[in-house]
Amino acid sequence: MVTELVEKLFFTREISEEISLPLKKRDVHFGDKVFYYLLKGASWGIVFLLLAMVGLILKMSWPAFSTLGWTFFTSAEWNSWTQEFGVLSFIYGTVISSLLAVAFAVPVSVGVALFLNELAPSWLARPLGFLIEMLAAIPSIVYGLWGLFVLAPLLRTYVQPVLLDYFGWFPLFQGPPLGVGMLCAGVLLAIMITPTISAMTREVFKAIPVSHREAALGLGATRWEMLKLAVLKTGTSGIIGAVILGLGRALGETMAVTMVIGNKSEIHLSLFESGQTMASILANQYAEADSDLQLAALTAVGLTLFMVSLIINSIARFIVWKVEKGFKGGK
Amino acid sequence: MDGEVLKVEKLNAYFNDFHAVKDVDLSVNYHEVVALIGPSGCGKSTFIRCLNRLHEEVPGARCTGNVWLDGQNIYGKGVDPVVVRRNVGMVFQKPNPFPGLSIFDNVAVGLRLAGVTKKSVLSEAVEEALRKSALWTEVKDKLKKPGTGLSGGQQQRLCIARALAVKPPVILMDEPTSALDPISTAKIEELIVELKNDVTVVIVTHNMQQASRISGRTAFFLLGELIEYGKTSKIFTKPQNLKTEQYITGRFG
Repeated sequence: MVTELVEKLFFTREISEEISLPLKKRDVHFGDKVFYYLLKGASWGIVFLLLAMVGLILKMSWPAFSTLGWTFFTSAEWNSWTQEFGVLSFIYGTVISSLLAVAFAVPVSVGVALFLNELAPSWLARPLGFLIEMLAAIPSIVYGLWGLFVLAPLLRTYVQPVLLDYFGWFPLFQGPPLGVGMLCAGVLLAIMITPTISAMTREVFKAIPVSHREAALGLGATRWEMLKLAVLKTGTSGIIGAVILGLGRALGETMAVTMVIGNKSEIHLSLFESGQTMASILANQYAEADSDLQLAALTAVGLTLFMVSLIINSIARFIVWKVEKGFKGGK
Repeated sequence: MDGEVLKVEKLNAYFNDFHAVKDVDLSVNYHEVVALIGPSGCGKSTFIRCLNRLHEEVPGARCTGNVWLDGQNIYGKGVDPVVVRRNVGMVFQKPNPFPGLSIFDNVAVGLRLAGVTKKSVLSEAVEEALRKSALWTEVKDKLKKPGTGLSGGQQQRLCIARALAVKPPVILMDEPTSALDPISTAKIEELIVELKNDVTVVIVTHNMQQASRISGRTAFFLLGELIEYGKTSKIFTKPQNLKTEQYITGRFG
C-alpha cells in the first residue's frame, strides 16, 4: 500500500515525463556546434589555401628547377637573352634592403614608443601617436613616388656626397651617388615599417606593470635608468616580436622598393649601387616574360621569397622563444 | 646610533583634488620597526610613499610638508628625489624582481646604479645582502638563474636583499607579505625582526597580529589622519582613542 503510494508519487510516468520532456526537447548546444564547425572550417580552409598556393607555385616553377637545377640558387646571373636565371642577387637585395630598413627603423621606433609612452605629456602623446600610426595608412605607391622624387634627390645631394667624403674608404659607401639604390630602398622601407614597430612596441610597454617601474625608481634609478631596467629589458621579447612584424612587411614590400632600388640584377657591396629584390623583379618582369622558362623562373623567385620569409620568421620566433625562456627561468 | 632617523612634520599628500594624507606628524627612531595599520584607503601606503618621494611619480600626485631623514629635509630645496631613494629602500606589496635579470644582478642592481662596477665589491655585497635576507643558502648555487624563477616568498626576500644591498638607513615596506603564504610570511617577519640591528623598518600591514609581532611602535591611520601612535603593546592593549580600540577589536575596517 505504502510502496504503491510512493511509486505513484515519485515514479509515475506523468511526472517523469513532465520533468524530462522540456530538458530533452531540443539540443541546446546546437548553436555551439555550428559555431565550432564554422570556425574549424575557416581555420583549416586557410591552411588548405596556403598548401594549395604552395603546390601551384611549385608546379608552375618546376620547369625552372628541372632545367636550371641548383644553379638557380647559386647563380646571380639573370638574363632572358641567354636564358640564364639565378635568384642570388635578388635574395641579396631583399635581405640587405630589409635588414637596412630594420637597422634604421628599430632605434627610431623604440625611441618613439619610449617617448610617447613614458616621457611625453598625454596632450602631446595622443596626437603624435595618431600621426605616426597614420604613416601606416599611406599606400606604398605614394611612398614610392615620394622616394623617387624627394628622398632620392635628397640622398644624392646631401647625404651620399658627405658619406663619400668621410667614409669613401669604406666598401659600403663607394660608387656614384645616384640617389636611387639600396640605401634609398632601405631608408624608404624603414619609414614604412616604423609605424608598425612603434605601435606594437607601445603596446608592449603599456603591458609592463607599474610595479617594475616603481621597483627601479625606489632603488634610486633616474628616469633613463628606470626605462633601461624596467621597460626595455622587460619588453625585449615583445620588441623582437614587433621587429618581426616590421621585417615581414619589409621583405615583401614590392611597389615602393621597385621604384627606388634601381632595378639592376647585380650584387654589389656598396649601398649606393642599384639592386633588385625578389619582389621587385616579379613586379618588373612577370607581365612581360619572353619565354616559358623565364616565367617558370620568375615563379620560382616567388617561391624563394616565400621560403626566405619563412626562414627569417622562424629564426625570429626562435629568438623570442629563447628570450622568454630566459625570463621565466627554466629550472 | 640613537635618536630620530625620520621625522615627519605636517605631511599632506594629494591625488589631484583628493586629500589622502592629512597633517601627519610622526617620528621614527634608529633600529626601530614601526608598523602602520588602518583600514584600506586610509592613506598609510600613500604616507610611506612620501617618505622616499615615490608618491610624486604618480601623475596628479603631490605633497607638502617636511620629512627629515637623518637631519636633512628630503623635501628641501634642491634635493634630488633620486638621491633620496638611494637612501630609503622600498619593498612592495607584490614581489617585483626585474625580469630578465639573474638573481645576482637583481641584488646588485642598486649598487650598479650607484656606480659600483668592481666585481669583487659587488659579489661581496650581494652575498651579504642575501645572507641578511635569509636567502643565501637557497640560491647560492644558482645566482646566474633568473630571479623570476624563484617562488613568491623567495622573490620577496630577493627584493628585500635588493633593498638591503645598498645599505640604506631606512627601508619602507608596503604590505610585503600580503601576497605570500603563511610560511613565507613567517620567514619574512622573522627577517624583519633581525634586520632591526642594521636598518630602521617602516612597514604597512593589514595584519594586526603581524604588527604586534614585529613592531616596537604602531601608528593607526584613519581617513588620512594619524589617529594614534605609540608603543605597540600599548596600542593593542590600552588604546587611548576610541576609534583605535574599535578598529583593533574588529568593530570596523
